[in-house]
Amino acid sequence: MATETKRVASRRACLKILAAAAGGTAAGVGGAVSVGRLGRAPEGPWRVLTPDEARLVEAVSEQIIPADRDPGAKEAGVVRYIDKQLDGPLKRFAEKYRNGLRFLAQTCQAQHGKPFEALSWPEQTRVLQALESGKAPKEIWADPSPREFFGLIRDHTMQGFYGSPRHGGNKNYASYKMLGLEYPRVIGQNRYPEQAG
Amino acid sequence: MANRHVNAVIVGAGAGGGVVAKVLAEAGLSVVLLERGKWQSFEDTTDDELRSQRTTVLGNAYGPDDARYCRVIENPDGSTRIVLPSEGGYNNNAACVGSGTLSYGAMGWRFMPQDFRLKSIYGCPEGSTLDDWPISYDELDHCYERAEWEIGVAGDDEGNPFAPPRKKPRPMPAFPYNKEAEILIAAGKRLGWHPFPVPMLRNSIPYGGRPKCIHMRSCCGFACPINAKCGTQNTVIPAAMATGNCEVRTDAVVSEVVVDERGRARGVKYFDINDRLQEQTADLVVVSASATETARLLLNSKSKLFPHGAGNNNDWVGRNLQGHAYCGANGLMDEDIYEEAGPGACVAFSDFSHGNKGLCGGAMVANEFIALPYAFTNTRPPGSPRWGAAHKEFQRSHYKRVLRVMGPVQEMPVFESRVRVDPAVKDHWGIPVVRLSGRRHPHDVEIAKFIVEKVAALLREAGAKDIWTWVPGLGGPSGGQHQAGTCRMGNDPKSSVTNRYGQVHEIDNLFVADGSLNVTNGGFNPALTIMALGYWVGEYIAKEWKSGSRFKG
Repeated sequence: MATETKRVASRRACLKILAAAAGGTAAGVGGAVSVGRLGRAPEGPWRVLTPDEARLVEAVSEQIIPADRDPGAKEAGVVRYIDKQLDGPLKRFAEKYRNGLRFLAQTCQAQHGKPFEALSWPEQTRVLQALESGKAPKEIWADPSPREFFGLIRDHTMQGFYGSPRHGGNKNYASYKMLGLEYPRVIGQNRYPEQAG
Repeated sequence: MANRHVNAVIVGAGAGGGVVAKVLAEAGLSVVLLERGKWQSFEDTTDDELRSQRTTVLGNAYGPDDARYCRVIENPDGSTRIVLPSEGGYNNNAACVGSGTLSYGAMGWRFMPQDFRLKSIYGCPEGSTLDDWPISYDELDHCYERAEWEIGVAGDDEGNPFAPPRKKPRPMPAFPYNKEAEILIAAGKRLGWHPFPVPMLRNSIPYGGRPKCIHMRSCCGFACPINAKCGTQNTVIPAAMATGNCEVRTDAVVSEVVVDERGRARGVKYFDINDRLQEQTADLVVVSASATETARLLLNSKSKLFPHGAGNNNDWVGRNLQGHAYCGANGLMDEDIYEEAGPGACVAFSDFSHGNKGLCGGAMVANEFIALPYAFTNTRPPGSPRWGAAHKEFQRSHYKRVLRVMGPVQEMPVFESRVRVDPAVKDHWGIPVVRLSGRRHPHDVEIAKFIVEKVAALLREAGAKDIWTWVPGLGGPSGGQHQAGTCRMGNDPKSSVTNRYGQVHEIDNLFVADGSLNVTNGGFNPALTIMALGYWVGEYIAKEWKSGSRFKG
């Protein structure tokens, strides 16, 4: 059996191999995403993402959970959740994020001649549908695959929007309000007074 | 400074070990209870869905941590991958005082008498190592009773004609039904089924000096903010400590049961909170570390007379790993059925636990614990959008309208479904890690298919429009939080690891007291049975201690 684990034999070996697989920390490739003149990036400070990356993540997350009569991912601060976790429990995905965002930006340039954020809403949707079904330019996408990258950002967007506000997303309990769930839960008392913005 | 020699050292402060500690401490033995995790409470992790026992995307709320632990999964083709504790394949049980009983859904089931005699009743499916237990339900009855009264169970068998016999009622009345339960009860009765309240290790009235339940929706997967859930950490372990005979030592990671040249257990080696190797000697050792970790510890305990691990001269340690083949169905209702009355699960049917034609066993089915918002993002009929406006709309309009019923199918033991130790990969302390391999028995899937048909019929009768079911595949090895079977008890040393009292064959001062002993795992959540086994093993040790050789060999 030629297995990955055969290579390691020492103390802490499994942890090292994992760090290697994840490409270590997010050091290095900062500022690699070119998104052109798209107005102001979402307000920092950012821990892992560059401001341009943050703007792109925000745009993708808004496609995943769009605003309608309830707030979407942007208003709920999902990008803040993702940035914070990429410096925490989700650190092992930081390099995949960085690469995936770069591949996505390159894909949009190659196919539309402009950045993702500058595409129309239906165009953005089609780009992401292509990633989800693995149909993206092979010469651009390496590690992560389009499907893997989309899966990550989809899951993390859901976590940021529907998870506990303590992690940086779900601002003003946006999703709990949408679902009609009281929070914090105090018996017999609705905890949602009128709230500004 | 050397640790003071004690009468008994117990490894693992979960459902089994916590109970043994109480029984031995009350019998006058000096006891050290070692736990790799810490004391934890609600305040440490609150009601955070993303870091709970059920959803671990940001880590395990109740341990173990991703920084120091890992396991190896061996795929059917022999290739391997490393998994972290917060990843599903790890098959995690919580690492804290109380283990899973701190944060569980707290169903407090007794197995049925038939569950101890599957082979005699149904015969053994080809390719399975199915066997009867060496003990009967009747023998374990008083241990179930002690668990129910000393830890605390709320329930009522009146509506369940299949209920196992009992000599004494439970100490607390059953919980009231919620809205979805009322719908299921009416539908079930129209089908001729027999609904009854799920027995719960949770206070329906003030009990044991702790208040009654306040019905958090975040209950299953979380510690209780008011201590209304009954685990070993707030019942038997404090009782053991109160005797003055039991010390609980946390942050203690046991690496080896020390077995001497004569083949007797001398104590254990463990790493303390500062990663220093310590030894705790004792007259006897009890291992209660869960089906995966107990097997790992015995396999890592090599000695002159047991070169393949303690109690493993017949190669049965780590074999027959089982969990439950969970299956079930979701149904979409026309109106809101959600009620803010956690934990949600409250009505069950035992109509298909046994006596299903051509099938070896079955499962209890019950309505499911409340799905929290993130978990619900993956609850969709097949083919539904996974994101975008339609996904959000489904979340908003159906969160309170999905009726969910599921059941733990009793699995057929498979010899090759197993725990080994990896030859290369080690944890933070340099201890070889668990390596999991094997698959489910195909009969589990047959039973699950039968059960989901019944569940779908129930949901249809209840008025659900769109119904979708799930049946587990053969998958990798089963285990999960209901892991069991790896140190099977039996009368024949050639086909079991311990005798009927959890005493390891050939090492009479080494015991196992957790789900590892389960020959089969019942069509029910196993926590109360593991607690009962804690009493069973503990009472035997205490009796021998008082009357016999005190395990001095």
